Amino acid sequence: MSADGSGPLQLLEVEDLRVRFNSPDGVVKAVDGVSFSLDRGQTLAIVGESGSGKSVTCLSLMGLARGAKVTGSATFEGRDLLKLHRDELREVRGKKVAMIFQDPLSSLNPYYKVGWQISEMILAHEKTSKKEARERSIELLKLVGIPRPERRVDDYPHQFSGGMRQRAMIAMALSLDPAVLIADEPTTALDVTVQAQILDLLARLQDELGTAIIMITHDLGVVAEIADEVLVMYAGKPVEIGDRFTVFKEPHMPYTWGLLQSIPSVGSEHTGERLTPIKGLPPSLIHLPSGCSFHPRCPYVFERCPVEEPELLDWPGNGHLSACHLSLEDKQRIWETEVAPTR
Amino acid sequence: MLRYVIRRLIWVVFLLFAVSVVTFVLFFLMPGDPAAASVPRQATPEVVEQVRERMGLNQPVWKQYRDFLHGPDRIGVGQPSGVLNWPPNLGYSFKNQEPVLDIIVDRLPVSMSLAIGSAVLWLVIGIPLGIQAALKPGSLRDRASTAFALFGASAPVFLVGVTLLYFFYFKFRIFPAPKYTPFTENPLLWAQGLFLAWLTVAVGLAALYTRLTRGSMLDVQGEDFVRTARAKGLVERRVVGRHILRPTLTPIVTILGLDLGALIGGAIVTEVLFGLPGIAQATVKALIDLDLPMIVGVVLTSAFFVIMFNLIVDILYAVLDPRVRYS
Repeated sequence: MSADGSGPLQLLEVEDLRVRFNSPDGVVKAVDGVSFSLDRGQTLAIVGESGSGKSVTCLSLMGLARGAKVTGSATFEGRDLLKLHRDELREVRGKKVAMIFQDPLSSLNPYYKVGWQISEMILAHEKTSKKEARERSIELLKLVGIPRPERRVDDYPHQFSGGMRQRAMIAMALSLDPAVLIADEPTTALDVTVQAQILDLLARLQDELGTAIIMITHDLGVVAEIADEVLVMYAGKPVEIGDRFTVFKEPHMPYTWGLLQSIPSVGSEHTGERLTPIKGLPPSLIHLPSGCSFHPRCPYVFERCPVEEPELLDWPGNGHLSACHLSLEDKQRIWETEVAPTR
Repeated sequence: MLRYVIRRLIWVVFLLFAVSVVTFVLFFLMPGDPAAASVPRQATPEVVEQVRERMGLNQPVWKQYRDFLHGPDRIGVGQPSGVLNWPPNLGYSFKNQEPVLDIIVDRLPVSMSLAIGSAVLWLVIGIPLGIQAALKPGSLRDRASTAFALFGASAPVFLVGVTLLYFFYFKFRIFPAPKYTPFTENPLLWAQGLFLAWLTVAVGLAALYTRLTRGSMLDVQGEDFVRTARAKGLVERRVVGRHILRPTLTPIVTILGLDLGALIGGAIVTEVLFGLPGIAQATVKALIDLDLPMIVGVVLTSAFFVIMFNLIVDILYAVLDPRVRYS
């Protein structure tokens, strides 16, 4: 139920999303049974290592995962995105669901002026004059904090700094006031100070415009700052879902513990504490390990793990889901006694 | 930009002088006696000596080069030879006593017609084939274009030319005998007379351009900004037309410039095979005749076009790609 009572349905409801790619070496199971829901004005963070299926999840919702076989359902404003005709889906892209990407330099076309690229987006979905679209581009650039927008509108992307390019991408993405903004690692390619500015900007615009955000990231710092809900993915599967507070305070999945242990905490340089990285590498998505995909890297593995795949279950009964064979008591005990003290 | 162009133009002059020096040196390293080559076979040694003196070939090489730059009147028309004269000239052909510059100016339209006509053909064939292939990699169309590219790239020019002549002229008379008619005289005859020669040059290059376009377009299709264009909800035709084609074709335009420049003095097999009186044909004749002024003239002409097209390409690049700036 949405907070403002605008309808009984969530804005976006993804169920059992599966994405397969055929490759010469076999079928790549890029996404395997992901479900989540997103409410108006909410922020969902999808977290995981590279190759865990975060980006593919979102691209496949938009029909942008080329060559992929997508199954499941993604109900957005009452329609299943995965079953829409190509032209209907194109209408949704940009207008209802906009995207920004990791590298704003390569994501903007180097051959066209920034303002032209924003206007193109507006003109693709609305019947309006080029002049009007340009005026709006200037307004949008101003909204995202580009100084002297009436002049910068005629600059090429390479004349912008990294942070300004991402601002311009955001301006473009928000130009048609979309219901959902998918941000695919929007701060990864930026300086730390610029990262904070961009996150602030997103938060501010979300407040002003009420846009729901899906934030794809591997940076738990970003998650802590902006997310309402957190979805942790591993090897294409959802392994933990919960609200930000729960996932940070009492995570239930050893993989999430590993992610949390991998972030440096303030003061760790004084105590001489070393970061604990997750051992090993993410598995091949063609030949997944048996049972729990994480078991070869998990420090708490036991007999059941390689044999049986854990279901994503609501162990404590409060909407905090995790996929792990450890009992709830074990999860809480290990977290409190072994993992939490090391961070 | 203007300053850049001027600097480059000054460079052109230096380069051309360097090319002329190298040509002179190479000429005198070649075996053969130019004086003997330009008199009838039964001429006495005395006559050959007279001719040698008349041509200035008895002088040391550096003096001959000085005469090439600015020399005495050897033909007796009251005009000293030399590129530094006004009006500049390239001397007189040993073989037929005509000013080299006149011969080249006469032949230039032929070579240019050949180059431009075949360029249109290979672009019209190669670029669409490449685009078609890149739109559906791995498809039947893609494989067909690969097959064509392999065939075109490996078929030697003389074989293609002879085959075309045999079928289209000799056997089925679809085209008239190859012949150069100036465009200004009769555009239709111009095109008819040159078409088979155009096709001969174009087959190999069309194959090359098919591959270039395909590769370039596949690269561009993987770019992030193409994903952005799709995420914006643009219709696919616009994604391809606006966001993919321009970056695809920019490198091709530059290669086209270089190929055109090289072709103006370089279509040797085609010009000889089709009897087209162009620069390349004159090159072959000059080499056989050991005609030094002609050799220097055609080498300089070819070099000039290669260098100028290089410059044009660099300027075009700055026009086509906003990231490129010269200062």
